[in-house]
Amino acid sequence: MPDARGHFGPYGGIFVAETLIPPIQELNAAYQRYLADPDFIAEMDADLQHYVGRPSPLYHAERWSRELGGAQIYLKREDLNHTGSHKINNTVGQALLAKRMGKTRIIAETGAGQHGVATATVAARLGLECVVYMGAVDVARQSLNVYRMKLLGATVVAVESGSKTLKDALNEALRDWVTNVDNTFYIIGTVAGPHPYPAMVRDFQAIIGRESKQQCLEQAGRLPDALVACVGGGSNAIGLFYPFIDDSAVKLIGVEAAGDGVATGRHSAPLCAGRPGVLHGNRTYLMSDDDGEIIETHSISAGLDYPGVGPEHAWLKDTGRAEYVNITDNEALEGFHALTRMEGIIPALESSHAMAYTMKLAPTMRQDEIIIVNLSGRGDKDMQTMAKREGIEL
Amino acid sequence: MSRLATKFEALAKAGRKALIPFITAGDPHPDFTVSMMHAMVEAGVDVIELGVPFSDPMADGPVIQRASERALAHKMSLRRTLQMAAEFRKTDQQTPVVLMGYLNPIEAMGYEDFANAAQRADIDGVLTVDLPPEEAVECCALLKSRGVDPIFLLAPNSSDERIKMMAAMGSGYIYYVSLKGVTGAGHLNIQDVEAKLQQIKASTSVPIAIGFGVKDAETAKLIAGIGDGAVVGSALISKIEANLDEPERAKDEIIALLTSMRRAMDS
Repeated sequence: MPDARGHFGPYGGIFVAETLIPPIQELNAAYQRYLADPDFIAEMDADLQHYVGRPSPLYHAERWSRELGGAQIYLKREDLNHTGSHKINNTVGQALLAKRMGKTRIIAETGAGQHGVATATVAARLGLECVVYMGAVDVARQSLNVYRMKLLGATVVAVESGSKTLKDALNEALRDWVTNVDNTFYIIGTVAGPHPYPAMVRDFQAIIGRESKQQCLEQAGRLPDALVACVGGGSNAIGLFYPFIDDSAVKLIGVEAAGDGVATGRHSAPLCAGRPGVLHGNRTYLMSDDDGEIIETHSISAGLDYPGVGPEHAWLKDTGRAEYVNITDNEALEGFHALTRMEGIIPALESSHAMAYTMKLAPTMRQDEIIIVNLSGRGDKDMQTMAKREGIEL
Repeated sequence: MSRLATKFEALAKAGRKALIPFITAGDPHPDFTVSMMHAMVEAGVDVIELGVPFSDPMADGPVIQRASERALAHKMSLRRTLQMAAEFRKTDQQTPVVLMGYLNPIEAMGYEDFANAAQRADIDGVLTVDLPPEEAVECCALLKSRGVDPIFLLAPNSSDERIKMMAAMGSGYIYYVSLKGVTGAGHLNIQDVEAKLQQIKASTSVPIAIGFGVKDAETAKLIAGIGDGAVVGSALISKIEANLDEPERAKDEIIALLTSMRRAMDS
C-alpha cells in the first residue's frame, strides 16, 4: 500500500488541479529515487541522530501504570525531539529531498505551529527561504510558535479565509505552490494531500514505530498489546502504527478530537463521525455536510482541528485493522493533568487526547499487558491556552 | 451533436471566438444569477460557466473565494445551482451552460445521481477543477452517456502526454489555464500562451478556451487571437464585489465590460 497512483483501497489518489500534476510527478519520481539511494538515507539517518536526537526514548511510566491499576504504559518520547514534537522527523526528510531536487524555497501549512516550527528549523539550517501559512485563529492561539518561526527566519502568513484554521492554511499553501511551482517545495506536515505525500510522510514518520518495536522487545521482551496515538491528519499515529500493521495481535487505536462531544457536532472526528469525500488532493473521511461543503471543526488542540484525515487511516478503519475512538476537550485536559502530575511530563494538548484514552483503556487490561502511547509533542506551546482556560493571567 | 460542439462549429464558420463569462451561482444573492445569465446572453456571450460554490476553493484567488463565501452564506449548493441552470434553460435553449466547481459536492451527491441531475437540468458541460483524468474515468463515462461534455484543464506545464489524455477524454472544449497561479492572477504572458497553444493544437482538434488573467477588452482580444474562446471570471465578480449594495449596478457594469470585450474580440 498504496498502489502506483496512491490508492489505499478507495482512498487516497491524486485530486488536484492540472498545474500541480507536473510538480507532483516530479516529487514522486525524486522520492522513489532517493528512497532507494544509500547516500540519501545515510544523510537523513545522520541528521535524525545528531540533529533531531534520535532514537527517542521509550519510557515505562511505572507510577502512572500503577495508579491506573492495569496495563503497563510505555511512552514513546517524541516530545524530546529537537523542536518538541514528531513533526521534525518528516521535515528533515522532505527538506533533504528539496535540496536534492534543487528547490530554493520551502512552503508549509501549520495548525498548532509544531510543523511550522519544524519546517522553519530545517529551512534555517539549509539556508532555504521559508513561508509558513497558518490560519488567523491559530496564529492567535499559538502565538509562541509564531514567534519561534519568525526567529528562525520564516515568513508567517496569517490566513483570513474560511474558518481561518488548518484547512484554510492548506488551501493557501496549495495556492502558493500552484503559483510558484518551479522553485518551491511544499512540505506537507501530515499524511494527507495528494500522492505521494501520504505515503512519503508515513515513511519518514515510521521511524517512530520501528524504534518502538525494537525498544519494547529490548525492555519488555515482547511486542506490545496495544498502540495508542492521537489522530488529526494522522502522521504521528501512522508513524507508530505502520511497522506493526502485520503484527495482527497488536491493537492499533487512533484517538480523534471530540471537541465538545461528537453528539454536539462541534468536533474534529471525521473517522468516528464523518463520511468519505475528496479534499486537499485525496479521498478520505471528511467532516462534510449533505451538500459536500466542508464543516468547520472544533478542538481545544489546534493540531487536531482539521476536517480530514490521512487516507491510510480511512483504509485501516474500513478494513478493521485499526480502531478509532474519540476524546473530548475536557477529557483531554484530564489526560494533560494526569501525565503532568504522575510522571512530571507536560504533554501537548494533541498528545493529551492519547493520554486520556489510555486512562480509560489501561484499567481494562491485565497488569502484564503493554500499551505504547505516542507522546507526540510537549506541552510548552500550550501554556497560554491552558492558563486562559483556567482563568490564570501569565 | 452537443450544444457546445454546435456552438463552437458555428463560431468557427463565422470566424468568431467564444466569449465565456464565469459567475458563481448565488453571488451576491440567489435572485441575481438567472437574470444575470440572460443579460449576459443579450450582451453577446456564447457559453456560460456557472461556478458551483464550495467551502474550500483551492485553485481560486481571493475574488472567487469571496464569491463562494457570499453564495454559501445564502445556503447555495450544487443542487440549487442545478435548479438555477434548469430555470435558465426554460427560456434559453441555445446557450450552452457549463458547471465549474470542485469534486466534493459531486461526491456527496454520488456520481450517478449527479449525472442524472445534470441531464435533467440540461447542463452541457462539467468542469471539475480537482478531478484529473486519471481519477475521472467513472464520472466521465456517466456524464458522456447522458450527453454532458466532461471538460478538462490544461496548464502551461502540461506535457504532450497529458495533452493527448485530455484530448481523448474531454469533449466540448478544453480549458487552458494561461498561467501558473490561481484565478484572478495578473501576470499573463501572451507569447507563452501562443507557444503553448501551438503545441496543444498539434495534438487535438477539441476547441481551446483560455482563462486566468483575462480581465478587459484588450486581454480578451489578445486571447481570442490565439485560442477558440476567452473565459473571464474574476474581473466580472469584482464588479459584483464593488457593488454589493447595488446589484443592478453590478449587472450594468458586468454587461458594459462584456460588451466591450465582445466588440474587441470581433474587431
